[in-house]
Amino acid sequence: MLLQVRHLSAAYAGVPALHDVSLDVGEGQIVALIGANGAGKTTTLRTISGLLRPERGEIAFRGQRLAGQPAHRIAELGIAHVPEGRRLFSRLTVRQNLLVGAHSPRARAGEDAAMERVLTMFPRLRERADQRAGTLSGGEQQMVAIARGLMLGPALLMLDEPSLGIAPKLVDEIFTTIRAIAREGTTILLVEQNVRESLELADHAYVLQTGSTIADGTGAEILASDLVRRAYLGI
Amino acid sequence: MDGDVLLQAIASGLLIGMVYALISVGLTLIFGLMEIVNFAHGEFLMLAMYAAFFGRSLVGLDPMLSLPATVGLLFLLGVLTYRGIISRILHAPMLAQIFATFGLGLFLRGLAQFFWSPDFRSVEAPFLAGLSGGGVEVGSVSLGVPQSAAALLAGLAFLALYLFIDRSRTGLALQAVAEDRATATLMGINSDRMFALGWGLGAACVGLAGAVLATFYYIYPSVGVVFALIAYITVALGGFGSVPGALVAGLLVGLVEVVSPTLFGFSPAYKYAVVFGFYLAVVLVRPQGLFGRF
Ligand SMILES: Nc1ncnc2c1ncn2[C@@H]1O[C@H](COP(=O)(O)OP(=O)(O)O)[C@@H](O)[C@H]1O
Ligand SMILES: [Mg+2]
Repeated sequence: MLLQVRHLSAAYAGVPALHDVSLDVGEGQIVALIGANGAGKTTTLRTISGLLRPERGEIAFRGQRLAGQPAHRIAELGIAHVPEGRRLFSRLTVRQNLLVGAHSPRARAGEDAAMERVLTMFPRLRERADQRAGTLSGGEQQMVAIARGLMLGPALLMLDEPSLGIAPKLVDEIFTTIRAIAREGTTILLVEQNVRESLELADHAYVLQTGSTIADGTGAEILASDLVRRAYLGI
Repeated sequence: MDGDVLLQAIASGLLIGMVYALISVGLTLIFGLMEIVNFAHGEFLMLAMYAAFFGRSLVGLDPMLSLPATVGLLFLLGVLTYRGIISRILHAPMLAQIFATFGLGLFLRGLAQFFWSPDFRSVEAPFLAGLSGGGVEVGSVSLGVPQSAAALLAGLAFLALYLFIDRSRTGLALQAVAEDRATATLMGINSDRMFALGWGLGAACVGLAGAVLATFYYIYPSVGVVFALIAYITVALGGFGSVPGALVAGLLVGLVEVVSPTLFGFSPAYKYAVVFGFYLAVVLVRPQGLFGRF
């Protein structure tokens, strides 16, 4: 197992947000994490990447314990977290954002190759390489955010709502890219509001409700389950 | 009024303006990085000036020779200030942060007065004094060599700082932390180290300013007070956190300070009143200052 999360709980200034989150992400898989607004999806990713300290529970990545380690060290271990809302460095150019993505020592050796890889993956970013990131469209910004995450050369790429606030035409493109990234060997933990698309894409999926994982199965199983059909697909 | 006199005032204003800019850029770097104002900035300047003084009086070093050591010492002081004080109050209320650096400034000033007495000192600078007899003539304008050297070094420091921030990997990381600390850490950037570096660089800038200022200005425990005040309005004028803003605003402040008494024929005793009046006038029109961050 690449990533194992066990009985994780976390809180914001004493207010509990996660109660009992357990999930496994296998090497080479796409794992989807779905759940209503406020269920704790973002908090789960933030706790894994070290932005938030867990109150209880265990996180193991390649057998190493992550809980309590600072975020920059967790990135160094090979977990890239592409945050909700993209969070680009808006005053930096596209290229500079990508270079910052390769800041960590683990990324430096492969920096040139990684740059070439993401610019080939997103040709539009090559055209806009010297433009300030803050001036791009939402879809282009999401591409930069994903590309910046890939610059780390991660073993695990965590994507938080990559299709949020993006023109429908580009959403398909983003999903196609996610599939391609997985095929090239990067494991993906995907948080999405586009439940149907992400479940179709996922090898395995977890359903999060008020801070606890309440169900899991293959993407197809979850898609077919009464729970998901009623709650998210309105069927 | 005589055109030559005006030209002379403009040149002198620009030279001292470069020193103001260099003092201010240290302040603006730290603020741009972490939104903390270093109220001990003037005392950092004072310590750098004393470093030049003691380098000369104790070891006989020319201020130009002790300059690298002074800059290095101030870098260290900046890092220590961050590690010892600032990193412990990062999440404290703003007033606590203000009084921490303000208190440090008062403490350093008191220390200087206690150990080194309130006397005014000056440093001999044989190297600069020896260069073309200590002065250069450009047409009708005559410039002091120490002042010119100070402006030149400040210009070089700005160039180096610009290249570092905009071109180097570490400089980009500094900018990333300044804009979004949490997201920067997701890239593997240790924000704590970047903060320490920012304090080191900020203090090194004011250290360089102090080392060159010492060659043509009196040295005493509260020498930093007026310079710090000027630096605060320069930073506000240029835009909090803006490096080019500090340069432009420093030059503007220097010009206003030196040219306005010449131009309007009042006593130089009022020069600071004019500078602060000018600042108020600009800030009423453009409260965010002239430039954006970094
Ligand atoms: N920065 C924050 N401070 C306080 N509470 C937060 C913060 N972020 C999220 N929460 C709360 O934590 C819970 C989980 O939020 P989140 O993880 O953002 O959910 P999701 O990503 O599934 O929409 C919600 O109740 C939310 O209100
Ligand atoms: Mg969310």
